[in-house]
Amino acid sequence: MDITSILYPAAAISGLGLVFGAGLGFAAQKFAVEVDEKVEMILEKLPGANCGGCGYAGCEAFANAVAEGQIEPSCCFVNDAESTKAIGSILGKEVKVLERQRAMVACRGTDENAKEKNLYYGITDCRDAALIPGGGSKSCSYGCLGLGSCVEVCVFGAMSIKDGVAVVDPEKCTACGTCVRTCPKHIIHLIPAKSTYHVNCMSEDKGKDAKSNCKVACIGCGICVRNCEAKAITMKNKVACIDNNICVDCGVCEEKCPTKAITQIKSVG
Amino acid sequence: MDLLLLFLGAMLVNNFVLTRFLGICPFLGVSKKVETAVGMGMAVTFVMALASVITHLVHKLLLVPAKLEYLYTIAFILVIASLVQLVEMVIQKSSPSLYAALGVFLPLITTNCAVLGVAIINMQEEYTLMESLVHGVGGALGFTIAIVLFAGIRERLDTNINIPEALKGLPIALITAGFMATAFLGFQGLIS
Repeated sequence: MDITSILYPAAAISGLGLVFGAGLGFAAQKFAVEVDEKVEMILEKLPGANCGGCGYAGCEAFANAVAEGQIEPSCCFVNDAESTKAIGSILGKEVKVLERQRAMVACRGTDENAKEKNLYYGITDCRDAALIPGGGSKSCSYGCLGLGSCVEVCVFGAMSIKDGVAVVDPEKCTACGTCVRTCPKHIIHLIPAKSTYHVNCMSEDKGKDAKSNCKVACIGCGICVRNCEAKAITMKNKVACIDNNICVDCGVCEEKCPTKAITQIKSVG
Repeated sequence: MDLLLLFLGAMLVNNFVLTRFLGICPFLGVSKKVETAVGMGMAVTFVMALASVITHLVHKLLLVPAKLEYLYTIAFILVIASLVQLVEMVIQKSSPSLYAALGVFLPLITTNCAVLGVAIINMQEEYTLMESLVHGVGGALGFTIAIVLFAGIRERLDTNINIPEALKGLPIALITAGFMATAFLGFQGLIS
């Protein structure tokens, strides 16, 4: 066997490889994406979930913005205090760590509590369903549609639909705010993670209508406001609203609420 | 005129995805959103156009004179892999969001058999350099048309709730692809 019959093909292919390799090497220099060393270090300290809670396209975009000083490291709500401080030390400056928050769905209009006005066979996406006339199956027009758009968008798996209403798993929730932005009914809020009492209703209907639509509606009676010793509860648009920064966790509101719209919630952190 | 016929033929009559059934992987993988489908189509168009020209040159100027025609597969793959690397660099530089959206399917253009297919068909049909280029661009545009149309249909399927549970997702997508292929059969009589 002639050795050249192997050598020639080998030489030809390696030659081709070399030419293309050189071409690529040249291109790599020309199209090099300049990566700041700091950016990579910051990126390592970020959660890497690309949730978009900070308003940037992903963790990498956020890291870029932090390195350029456009935004504070603490604006990543998902990150724990330790990592945020670590980013501060990379940047060589002191950063404040914000209080941990969590998402909360202000509706408990479950299949059992809320009245259905029709059988719903429509679009299975809250954002679209909220736009069409009728908007979902529940009589209450303020409540959770229960179609689960928030579940779909939550990258941390903290949302779920239970009995027709979205609920948040406070342990998994990182307060990225994606569900808050997604919910077309605007019933998901961010509250301090350590809060214990919450008004689970957003209905601005008159007390009678609200009550007939849903057993656990806030009817705007104001009993909680009058009984709260810490003056943490105010009425906003016919709905009670607890200021969790003032609340002393006494539990009188839960006790006095005639419709059980105020409940104790699991606090974390 | 011949070139125009070749172009239309590659794009519609012998559509790479729907008639030759090449490049099915990205066709199903990156067709969930029209936006990314367009991005994928552009990337494949770029790679296919350049690949047709370069593989033609490699074949005519290197493999044939050296009597190494049997090495065409490995040589063509080498060309395509390098081109995909180049495209990856360009996209990463020019559009990080598209780069993120295409994800793993971008490097997978390397194994997109439509690209290798166009190179091999060019060789087997003994097209000239110009014909190869036209055939490559036409085929790639055909791929883009198919994937963008398909993505449009899939976007609508996603919001349709009348689909039986067993057919949701990929099954209905595959059935749709079958119908599209049948529809594209209608182009068979276009060029006689």
